[in-house]
Amino acid sequence: MLAYLIRRLIAVIIMVLVVLLATFTVFYMLPKWAGQDIAVLFAGKQAGAEQLEGIRTKLGLDDPLIVQFWDFIKGIPMGRDYANGSDVTHCPAPCFGYSFRTEAPVWETLKDALPVTGALAAGACVLWLGAGVLTGVVSALKRGTVWDRAAMTTALGGVSLPVFFTGMIAMGIFVHNLGWVEIADSLSTDDSIDVWLQTLILPWIVLAFLNAAMYARLTRATMLEVLGEDYIRTARAKGLGEVVVIRRHALRSAMTPILTVFGLDLGVLMGGAVLTESTFNLPGLGLEAVRAISSKDLPVILGVTLCAALAIAVANLVVDLLYAVIDPRVRLG
Amino acid sequence: MTELSKSGATPEGAATAAVSKSGAAVGEVVSGSPAPSAFLEVRDLKVHFPTDDGVVKSVDGLSFTLEKGRTLGIVGESGSGKSVTSLGILGLHTAGQYGRRKAQLSGEIWLNGTELLSAPADEVRKLRGREMAMIFQDPLSALHPYYSIGKQIVEAYRVHHDVDKKVARKRAIDMLDRVGIPEPNKRVDAYPHEFSGGMRQRAMIAMALVNNPELLIADEPTTALDVTVQAQILDLIRDLQKEFGSAVIMITHDLGVVAEMADDLLVMYGGRCIERGSAQQVFYEPQHPYTWGLLGSMPRIDREETERLVPVKGSPPSLINLPSGCAFNPRCPYADVPKDQITRTERPELREVGSGHYSACHMSREERTKIWTEEIAPKL
Repeated sequence: MLAYLIRRLIAVIIMVLVVLLATFTVFYMLPKWAGQDIAVLFAGKQAGAEQLEGIRTKLGLDDPLIVQFWDFIKGIPMGRDYANGSDVTHCPAPCFGYSFRTEAPVWETLKDALPVTGALAAGACVLWLGAGVLTGVVSALKRGTVWDRAAMTTALGGVSLPVFFTGMIAMGIFVHNLGWVEIADSLSTDDSIDVWLQTLILPWIVLAFLNAAMYARLTRATMLEVLGEDYIRTARAKGLGEVVVIRRHALRSAMTPILTVFGLDLGVLMGGAVLTESTFNLPGLGLEAVRAISSKDLPVILGVTLCAALAIAVANLVVDLLYAVIDPRVRLG
Repeated sequence: MTELSKSGATPEGAATAAVSKSGAAVGEVVSGSPAPSAFLEVRDLKVHFPTDDGVVKSVDGLSFTLEKGRTLGIVGESGSGKSVTSLGILGLHTAGQYGRRKAQLSGEIWLNGTELLSAPADEVRKLRGREMAMIFQDPLSALHPYYSIGKQIVEAYRVHHDVDKKVARKRAIDMLDRVGIPEPNKRVDAYPHEFSGGMRQRAMIAMALVNNPELLIADEPTTALDVTVQAQILDLIRDLQKEFGSAVIMITHDLGVVAEMADDLLVMYGGRCIERGSAQQVFYEPQHPYTWGLLGSMPRIDREETERLVPVKGSPPSLINLPSGCAFNPRCPYADVPKDQITRTERPELREVGSGHYSACHMSREERTKIWTEEIAPKL
């Protein structure tokens, strides 16, 4: 078990490194291939030749790609000194470099964005998992009835409507028209819980609606399959009440596929819910990524990519561990 | 004795009265009649499933009785209604029925003086597992893969007994020991996939018997097992029946199994009983062409090696549109013997052909005895 965990953790690290190398290569080579100068991206178009040369030396842009990558990786655990002669800037660990756009350390940006994305993902996933699984189970038990049809039609709507559409409508009604909630322009850990709740409640619901719809359909399908299993009949033949049969026997089996999807979804979400964050102007990882991409802010793009890759890898690992907890036939090692 | 015919081992007076009442047509029992004295009595049971194509009449008017300590074998091919009957007795067609289409059950099922079809669902649920238990065909799929054997037996025990987990666990270990699982102390925590097929079926039997049920229904309990294990499992069921004095319904398509186990036999075809009687009668003086077919298709060790098994020709009837008249008519090699249209227009009723031996066939008893003794028996 421990050996398995260590092996998986090493695999996670390797995967993240590969993702980073790929991102690094693409984003540092693309400007070159396109005839652009990264130093210009950093300094702006008005910079003189001497200034650009200084930036190149300081950022190590003239080094071979692999050396640049190594410096970048090393900087994460150990910090890094950007030096151009006597002009030394120390970037403390964890160092992801400096934003080209704001010149703030990337880590600061990530540190501010992570709690927002984390809170968004956590709240939404609780909502959608609860609502989706519950709706799916009830639909499966009442299959073919009006309830089932209504729920599945709503779910189909939920899957098809994009977040920016439902999000705009929700904002239009609850923020602008009814004025029930107020969405803050920025969120930081210093803000009160009330501000966080007011700002996040609509994004939670909108994001949860989309996902709950998918989970309801998935749960319904798996429940129908599980309810036809022989061991469900055995459970009833023991004289168990129907509630126990559903909860203890059917739902437990149905959780396996739901968990698989959930792990991936949560991982993806932790890398930034781009559409939701853009719609509600939430300063999370997704919004940072959009800003960074549109302004070719390479260090920030790398930082966000690292977070996303790490989140997905960890979520997958956790799902794999949970499999073993749920299904005794899964042996780790 | 299994009171197939309502005659037999009960006190003679009652038996003769029952025979005269049921002699003409046993299937027609007036519903609402008083509780029978038999341990289990099924009267005119019908289980119908509405589908898009029409109503599937899986069981269509089945009656039989069974006493404690006796074994009734229900035989028939796939789709003849054997399993549907057993699930109907346990009330599993209505428990956990979701959606709009529900199975429709009618008739009466009397267990120990309680009529199960009209009893409240919760009352039947409390009887399930406690008074009547079931052993399923494939123990691998019938046991929950995510729970240990012990947990599943403990659960079965604790539904009906208000005891703490330790006591129930002790009981589970005792039961595993009783059904012949070695090292029950350790194996109690194993999962179904860690057991062999035979061990799984033993565990399944332990689970079914954990509450000392008075009625045990074994639905093809050995079909999924290899032959050497089959014999062990059958021996085990027989021993346990003796020990607990339960009534057993053994459902199978394998005549070899019932030959070993059953006191009485009931042969089903197309959702109806076409022949029933003591095992002796059905095996040695069968009175229905379908039973002959079953016997002819059974491999026997005393048969010539070069002889081929004779299958029953044709395929099982559609349960939505049963052939009019005798359901077996299209497949019956002797369909022209009565020489009139009656086979095609009238459904044969169960008629008594011997003491407690009933058969539903339009041929006269003499014709059938002649065919059996001259054509069929010599070839078996």
